[in-house]
Amino acid sequence: MQVLQGLAILLTLQSVGEALSRLLHLPYPGPVIGMVLLLCALRWRAVQERVQTVAQFLLGHLSLLFVPVGVGVITQFGVVAEHGLRLLVVIVVSTWVGLAVTALVLRRLMRGDPPPGGAP
Amino acid sequence: MTDFVQLWVYLASTPLFGLNATLVVYVLALAFYNRMRQAPWANPVLWSLVVLGAGLQATGTAYPTYFAGAQFIHFLLGPAVVALAWPLWQRRTELRARWGRFTLAAVIGGAAAAGSAVGLAWALGLPAEVVLSLAPKSVTAPVAMGIADKVGGLPSLAAVFAVLTGLVGALSAKPLFALLGIGTDATGWMARGFALGTAAHGIGAARALQVNADAGAWAALALGLQVVTAALLIPLAARWF
Repeated sequence: MQVLQGLAILLTLQSVGEALSRLLHLPYPGPVIGMVLLLCALRWRAVQERVQTVAQFLLGHLSLLFVPVGVGVITQFGVVAEHGLRLLVVIVVSTWVGLAVTALVLRRLMRGDPPPGGAP
Repeated sequence: MTDFVQLWVYLASTPLFGLNATLVVYVLALAFYNRMRQAPWANPVLWSLVVLGAGLQATGTAYPTYFAGAQFIHFLLGPAVVALAWPLWQRRTELRARWGRFTLAAVIGGAAAAGSAVGLAWALGLPAEVVLSLAPKSVTAPVAMGIADKVGGLPSLAAVFAVLTGLVGALSAKPLFALLGIGTDATGWMARGFALGTAAHGIGAARALQVNADAGAWAALALGLQVVTAALLIPLAARWF
């Protein structure tokens, strides 16, 4: 029951997000607005209890949700192959740059802080 | 034999086929991944894509036919993005104390990923719509598609780049972090997880979650922050050009 209620909350906030994005011509996708709305709504215990289980389930199996789009990537490999090696170089190098810069910057910024606590 | 062919034609044309195939292949890929002690090369998303792609090719099934069923799984990406508020909320005390530094790291890391992609693609002479579709590639696919659409890139191309980026991150993060001297203490896991969520979105975060629970929580936090900052900043940055 809690899972259904939680899913209903997530879908409702996503719908509100889509509606706001379209009505106010915001440059942000509907689910992103829905996420910000949920962050505000989580201060209520009733929302917390209902969202927790479904959020943990969805995020725990996040990689499965990318499979349908990913299969499209495989079938559309022609687009990637068309620009070939150059595109692959761009994707690989920029991913490494992103990973390295983020990790090093965060470590540098957190230097001197007490180590972060375990999972809450 | 003709009965069998008719049965196959029927099954392949119902949404049941795409949904069933996706779930079964993924569950098997996940079991294989755990059997291989979660080695990066055994990544369950990668092998699901290889097996499903080869399966569609071998049976001559068109992608739209497959997607008619797989869309039920794909659809859950929307509520999953909304659900990212949960890890942000769970870490709210740490976020409140250090929110400026986390946001700074997310913005600098995201800008480095997007900037190096756009700059390198431009330098290598790739066409403008490809360059613009590369900008949001570090953001989770559904959001990347939305952003690409807003800045004049191609949504389908943006999704392709986002998925490839996630796979590259998930496959190569471990040796890269070791090379950079990022340790496996509490601060190290924070830096590793946060970087994966920032630069390799959901697929990277899923990998972090499987390796270490703490790293996974930081990755989810970074993913949420990245969605917000990228959705806010990339359309603004694109307007300058």
